[in-house]
Amino acid sequence: MLEIKNIVKQFANHRALDDVSMHIEKGSIFGLLGPNGAGKTSLIRIINQITAPDQGEVLFAGERLHPNHIERIGYLPEERGLYKKMEIGQQMLYLAQLKGLSKPEATKRIKQWFEKMDMQTWWNKKVEDLSKGMQQKVQFVATVVHEPELIILDEPFSGFDPVNVNIIKEEILNLNKKGATIIFSTHRMESVEELCDSIVLINKSRKILEGKVRDIKNNYKSNTFEVTFSNPRHAGIAQVPGLFENLGTKQTEDHTQLTLRLESGRSINEVLSHLIPLVEIHELHEVIPSIHDIFIQQVTSNQAN
Amino acid sequence: MNKILLIIQREYLSRVKNKSFIILTFLVPFLLIGVYALILFLSINSFESNQATVHVVDGSGVFADKLEDSKQVTYLITDRPLDEEKAAIANAEGKKQYLLVIPAELSQKNTVELLSSEKAGLNIQNSIERQLEQILRNHQLEESGIDLATLENIKPQVSIAAKELTAEGEKDSSAGAAMAISMAMAILIYITLFIYGAQVMRGIIEEKHNRIVEVIISSVKPFQLMMGKIIGIGLVGLTQFLLWILLSGGLMAIAGNLFMSAQGVDTETLTESVKGASQYQEGVGGDIMGALDTVNLGWIAFYFLVYFLGGYLLYSALFAAVGSAVDNETETQQFMFPITIPLLFAYMLSFGVLINDPHGPLAFWLSMIPLTSPVAMLVRIPYGVPDWQILLSIVLLIAGFVLTTWVAARIYRVGILMYGKKASYKELVKWFRYKG
Repeated sequence: MLEIKNIVKQFANHRALDDVSMHIEKGSIFGLLGPNGAGKTSLIRIINQITAPDQGEVLFAGERLHPNHIERIGYLPEERGLYKKMEIGQQMLYLAQLKGLSKPEATKRIKQWFEKMDMQTWWNKKVEDLSKGMQQKVQFVATVVHEPELIILDEPFSGFDPVNVNIIKEEILNLNKKGATIIFSTHRMESVEELCDSIVLINKSRKILEGKVRDIKNNYKSNTFEVTFSNPRHAGIAQVPGLFENLGTKQTEDHTQLTLRLESGRSINEVLSHLIPLVEIHELHEVIPSIHDIFIQQVTSNQAN
Repeated sequence: MNKILLIIQREYLSRVKNKSFIILTFLVPFLLIGVYALILFLSINSFESNQATVHVVDGSGVFADKLEDSKQVTYLITDRPLDEEKAAIANAEGKKQYLLVIPAELSQKNTVELLSSEKAGLNIQNSIERQLEQILRNHQLEESGIDLATLENIKPQVSIAAKELTAEGEKDSSAGAAMAISMAMAILIYITLFIYGAQVMRGIIEEKHNRIVEVIISSVKPFQLMMGKIIGIGLVGLTQFLLWILLSGGLMAIAGNLFMSAQGVDTETLTESVKGASQYQEGVGGDIMGALDTVNLGWIAFYFLVYFLGGYLLYSALFAAVGSAVDNETETQQFMFPITIPLLFAYMLSFGVLINDPHGPLAFWLSMIPLTSPVAMLVRIPYGVPDWQILLSIVLLIAGFVLTTWVAARIYRVGILMYGKKASYKELVKWFRYKG
C-alpha cells in the first residue's frame, strides 16, 4: 500500500526524519510508534502531502505521491479541530466534499454513520454545544466517511472515554476487515499492541526497529517462564543447574511463583517433568515482553549509544 | 478548482448567514434613511411650531403697510397702547407671540425692540431684521430721490465658471465636488480594506486555533485554503456594498414617498421649507449637486471597485500571512504595524497633500506604488488622471498582489502548522525559504 523510501526532512535547527524507510502492507494495521518528538507527525504530514520531504520518496499503491491520492487517504490528526460555530451536519458535508464526495453521496454516507454511531440528533447542533468526547466521534466519522483506502490515525484514543474507545476500536477493525489499511501513530504502545500486525519504532528521527509484532516479540523473548505452584514437597526445587536459572520466587499466602529462564538447549517440558513430582502446579506461562518494554529498552539503549 | 469553490462557498455562506452580517447590512441603510428622515421631519415641523405672531407697534409709520407675512412670521399691526400690548404678550404663554416696537425717529443705525414672553429664536430675529432693513433701505432711497424701479433693473451679476482645458476641449470642472468625492473615497477604501483584511486574518487565526487547519490541508493545498478564504470574504464585502446601495436607494425612494404623503405636503413646499431652513447650505448643496454632473460617477464607482479588489487582494494576503504566523489575536500587533503604515500614510496624505496637489510628483508616486495606490489613486481620479497613469497603476497593483500573495502563501503554509512558537521576522524569512 505504502512504500516509504529514504525520507529525509530537515528543519532549520533539527532533522525531523533521517533516512527513514518502511513498507506498509495493504490491508494491514500498522503501528508507527515512538516517543514525542521522534518525527512521527512529520512523516504523517509527508504522507498526507501537507509537507514535502527534502529527500526520498513515498509510493502510494505503487505510484509516486500525487494530489489525487489525497482523496484515498483519511487522516485524523493528533490535534483535533472543528469549526466551533458551524453545524455538525454542514461541517461533515463540507469536509466530505473536500475529500471529493458529491453532495448527495456525502449526505447519504454521513446519515448512515450518524445512525451507526447513535448521533442522529446532532445534525443541527453546533460543535461548541457538544462535549469533547462527542466532538471526537464527529471527527472520527469525518475522517472515514469517504471510505479511504488508507486511514491514518494520530493518537486516536486520546481524549476518549473507555466506552467510546471500544466503539472506535470496533469501527476501526470493521474498516480494516473491509480492506482499509490503517496506520496508528502513538507513543502509548499498550493501546495499539493488540491491534497492530506490524510496527515501526522511530526514535530521534531514525527508525530503530521494525517488523511483525509477533516476530519482534519472539525475537525479544528470553526463554523466561513463570510457574505458580503450591505444596513444595521439599526445598531446593528452585535451583537445578543445567536445566534452568532461578530469576526469583514470590511467596503469596498459599502459592509460590517462580520466574525461571531455561538454559540453552533445554525445553519447558523438561522443567515440568522435573517439577511435577515435587509440587502442585497451578499455572505456567511464558513471559513475553510487551512492545512497551521493548520500546523502553530500545529507546534507553539508543540513548546510551 | 472544485475544492477552492467549496471553500469560497463555505467562507461566503458562513459569513453572509451570520446574524451580525445581516443586522449590519440591513441596519446601515435604515440608519441612513432614519437620519435623513429625521432631518426632513425636524426641518418641517420646526417651522410649523415656530409660526409666530408679531404685533407691531410702529412709531414711524414707515413699515406698517409694507411688512409681508412669511411662513414663519405673521405680522399684526396694532394701534393699541404699548402698555396694553406688553401685558398681553407677557401673558401669552406657550404661543409664539412677539411685540415689535419701532421707534418714531429712524436714522442709519436703528435699534428695534422685540419683546416676547420667552426667548426669541435666532431665525425669527434674522427674518424680521432682513425685512426691516429692506423696507428701510427702500424708504431711504426713495427719500433721497432714487427711483426704485430703476434700481431694480440695475443688478449686475458675476459668477466664475471653472473650465478644464484638455485636448478634447474645455470641460466643466469643479474643485469642490472633486474634493468631496476624493475624501469620501479615501475614507471608504481605507476603512473597508482594514475591515475585510482583518476578517481574513481573524478567520485564519480561528482555523489555526481550532486546529481544524490540519484536517483541511490534508484535503486541499494550503494555497487553495488561503485563496478560498480571501476570495470568499472579498465576495462578502462586495455583497455588502451592493446590498447597501440597493437598500439605501430603495428605502430612500419608499421613505420619501411615504413621508410626503403622510405630511400632506407636495414636493415644492417641502423643498422650499428646507431651503428656508438655511439658505447658505442650500447654496453649497446646489453647487455640489450641479458639480457632481461634471465628474463621471459611473467611472468613479468602477474604479472604486477595481481598486478595492486590487487593494483588498494585496492587503488580505499580508493579513493572511500575519494570521498564520500567530497563535492568537493579541500577538498580531508587531506584524500589523508595518502593514498599516503605508495605508495610513497614504490616507493621511490624501487630506493634506493629495487633494491640494493631485497632479504633483508625490501624488504620482503614491498612486503608482501598489501599497498606497488604492487610496492615492482614488483620491486623484475625481480630479482627472491621464489614462496611461491609471492603467500603469492598475498593472502595478496586480503585480503587487500577485507578489504579496506568493510571499504570503509561502509563509502561510508553514505558519499554520506552527504552534506555541513565537514568530519573529527572522522566523518568517526562514519559513519563506522552506522547500515544498
